[in-house]
Amino acid sequence: MAKLYCKDLQLMAARARLLAVEAVYTAASGHPGGSLSAMDILTALYFNELNVDPENPRWADRDRFVLSKGHCTPALYSVLALRGFFPLENLKLFRSIKGHMSGHPDMRHVPGVDMSTGSLGQGLSTAVGMAMAAKLQNRSNRCYALCGDGELAEGQIWEAAMAAAKWKLDNLCVFVDVNGLQIDGRTADVMPTEPLDKKFEAFNWNVIKIDGHNFEQILSALDSARSFKGKPTAILASTVKGKGVSFMENQAGWHGKAPNEEQFAQAKAELEKTIKELEGN
Amino acid sequence: MAGKIATRNAYGEALVELADKYPELVVLDADLSGSTMTKFFAAAHPDRFFDCGIAECNMAGIAAGMAADGLKPFINSFAMFSSGRIYEQVRNSIAYPHLNVKVVGSHGGVSVGEDGATHQCIEDFALMRAIPGMLVCSPCDGNEMRLAVRALMEYDGPAYLRLQRLSTKVFTDELDNYSFRLGKGCTLRDGGDISIIANGLMVGMALEAADILSSQGIQARVIDIHTLKPLDDELVLKAAQETGCIVTSEEHSIIGGLGSAVCELLGEKCPVPVVRHGVNDVFGRSGTAADVLEYFGLTPQGIAEKAKYAVSLKK
Repeated sequence: MAKLYCKDLQLMAARARLLAVEAVYTAASGHPGGSLSAMDILTALYFNELNVDPENPRWADRDRFVLSKGHCTPALYSVLALRGFFPLENLKLFRSIKGHMSGHPDMRHVPGVDMSTGSLGQGLSTAVGMAMAAKLQNRSNRCYALCGDGELAEGQIWEAAMAAAKWKLDNLCVFVDVNGLQIDGRTADVMPTEPLDKKFEAFNWNVIKIDGHNFEQILSALDSARSFKGKPTAILASTVKGKGVSFMENQAGWHGKAPNEEQFAQAKAELEKTIKELEGN
Repeated sequence: MAGKIATRNAYGEALVELADKYPELVVLDADLSGSTMTKFFAAAHPDRFFDCGIAECNMAGIAAGMAADGLKPFINSFAMFSSGRIYEQVRNSIAYPHLNVKVVGSHGGVSVGEDGATHQCIEDFALMRAIPGMLVCSPCDGNEMRLAVRALMEYDGPAYLRLQRLSTKVFTDELDNYSFRLGKGCTLRDGGDISIIANGLMVGMALEAADILSSQGIQARVIDIHTLKPLDDELVLKAAQETGCIVTSEEHSIIGGLGSAVCELLGEKCPVPVVRHGVNDVFGRSGTAADVLEYFGLTPQGIAEKAKYAVSLKK
């Protein structure tokens, strides 16, 4: 597949946003807020960066991705479907007993999912293990993970951060989706995790700060991470929780809540308008 | 083999023996390689040994990632931490995706001795057995440990293996009727009046208890159930049917371990008196291993007393 660049990525992300919100609406449950904040990062990864093959999702030399903030399956599943890992139709079975599109990523049932996650704080360690395995087996693939800023309150994250630096995992790149909100409110109030740049630097990581909704910045950070040797890279991406749906933006209340019929109609109208505008460009 | 060896030493040696045949074998430890005896592997294969520091949760996650990519990790710490501290990492990152990680808990039970209750894990079987798809194994001597490690190397899936700190007599290699298969128990001694079903350290003591009982006219069958899960239903049911009462013996709480596993099976399929011998729902305490075992009645005499009680419950 040809790589997508900025404008096409914007359009793909807008489509993915609509699919994600629709999946949550259909399931009447799920996590729209963090899915929308992370969508541009995921779209850039799957349509520009990751060396993967939807026809052969277990290909040994593929790049790996671990969704450490596992509740953002609406985003991951939508992007995987658009990338061709499974039919878009499957999204209708999100969180349903009739299928296997579980609420949190399930590597045994959803093609393209490299690790089962959902219990916060655990995914990054598994990505560290994958990066170590790649080095041990002399594979040149890279490993990526996506964490939430609230998730970084979990102690295991920092155990993993120490280990990644110890083994100089320059084949590991972690995005932090810094949307500043979590279930109980502002991350700054619930349990301040900032200053994240200084923390990761102190843990001997290469740190890059970007706007997580700016594709030029996302792609340039990925380029820079790929060429950096001797340390893992953390890309701290400032984002807006609920990005793309006006009434969800910056509202902690939309962390894990499904829109009702009226709200979904509005969200759909807004996202369709965005898609149309981007298609017109 | 003969002589005495701690199962942790036999384990450490077995890993080294398997290293060449299994290039995908990797060993992870959390700053306890001198106690878990992974130091032998670390010395022989430093490129395949990863000391994760005092960060057991992360070690479990790293192993999950490695297993997802085709390696066969054995992760090591004290039983307290391998089953307790990282229970949820084992459940969610390893067992839920059914990854091929062997979770090893050294220093199981109260025979840890002097370190006391914080380091005497008597709940590991209960915790690990409750996880869907988890195999749970607790070998009884150095010979059985060696066989178990070999079998686990070939077993594809998550498993928990308990090691002992204490040096004990190796005896299974001298028994004519002994054979080892994961998931299958082994009758070490026949008898018709009662069955003593044991694992780990208690198997050797169960054989001694059978001698004591025999001198008092009670013929005890002794069954080694090294694999608590999946339980050898057939062998346990046969014992219940043929001997009419059971004593289970384990260096573990009487809640959730081998005793519970046997009761769960027999309660449904063949209700006979089952008396559970183990640690009676209390924490351990400091002392020499021998003193602590004596304190909790984890002795051949302790088993024999429970056995006589079980026989008295037979109708």
